[in-house]
Amino acid sequence: MIDGTKTTEPRLRMPVGDAIDVLVGLRQDDDVVITCMGSSREWPRRCDHVLDVHHVPSTMGGTVPLALGVALAQPQRRVHVLTGDGSLLMNLGVLVTIIASGAKNLTIVVVDNGVYEITGGQRTAGAAAEVDFAGLARSVGFPHVAHFRDLTDWRRRAAEVLASTGPRFIWLEVEPQREDYLIKLPRPLAEQLVRFQRTLAAEGE
Amino acid sequence: MFQGEEIVAILVELGVTHVVWVPDSALGPWEEALESSPSIELIRVCREGEAWPIAAGLMLGGKTPLVAIQTTGLFESGDALRNAIFDFDLPLFAIVGARSWLVENSTDSAKRFARPVLDAWGIDYRLIESDDDKPRLAEHYRRCRQAGKPGAVLVAEGRM
Repeated sequence: MIDGTKTTEPRLRMPVGDAIDVLVGLRQDDDVVITCMGSSREWPRRCDHVLDVHHVPSTMGGTVPLALGVALAQPQRRVHVLTGDGSLLMNLGVLVTIIASGAKNLTIVVVDNGVYEITGGQRTAGAAAEVDFAGLARSVGFPHVAHFRDLTDWRRRAAEVLASTGPRFIWLEVEPQREDYLIKLPRPLAEQLVRFQRTLAAEGE
Repeated sequence: MFQGEEIVAILVELGVTHVVWVPDSALGPWEEALESSPSIELIRVCREGEAWPIAAGLMLGGKTPLVAIQTTGLFESGDALRNAIFDFDLPLFAIVGARSWLVENSTDSAKRFARPVLDAWGIDYRLIESDDDKPRLAEHYRRCRQAGKPGAVLVAEGRM
């Protein structure tokens, strides 16, 4: 884990697939996982679970609030949301909303590649400003905030971070995907939602 | 128009579990009653674009949310509304405070665009302009729930 000190050296970033592999490996069977943008490309390549929702098509910055809604409705289970840095920047206020809501079972994973990957790799304002996402989360009141650029470090600490008191905020700096960045879902959103709701309803009976 | 205890009684009767809101001057006085209700959870959001996906997540998770915002917030949150109602195909319902509605000769563009915007999104809505119209809220809510479609009521503002 690293501190919030800015550096002039080139930033070390993890391969996005490897970073997400770590989360896939720690996902518990009754966890909800909600993804958007690049994570909706990477996650289904590695995992296909009835409690996965890939928010495609999405709304700008809507995935973290969507996950918060699920977390509030299902307080007994962990909800993990994988958002891009660009997506989070479009709705930063939601971090405040999460703390105000009192939700404890939510994990926000910011998969930060510094660019709008899906539109061809333009730099985000956050990258240009060298935003300290961890500092933002801490100032809002997240009780547990973690920041990783190094894959070995992330692998070593991930289980501990996910076991911490929620809501959790995890900032992963990853390499942008220059090729093969298009999202191909295993099934359309409507089918995902039907099986998701059926599973929650069945488990709630 | 609606008083706090009155609106809470209606929403509880309708089975609403969560109110996701950004208050305005007409909805704001409901805060204390909403917060003290043991049956309803009040979710405060920072902008209306959060309200729709949070409500969508609540509904996917088995709850019965209601979005409460002003017309200005409706305009602001159009893309979020589009995604929740049309891409997710969720029958969300909203109470929308209609800014300046009761102000005669108002030049407030929020008044001018309220109905055209709801029409453009294809949202079935009813207008509540006076105490006599109040039953429309529960009637329209039930009708929308029964049909499994989204809906809204516009609650006129601008004169207490």
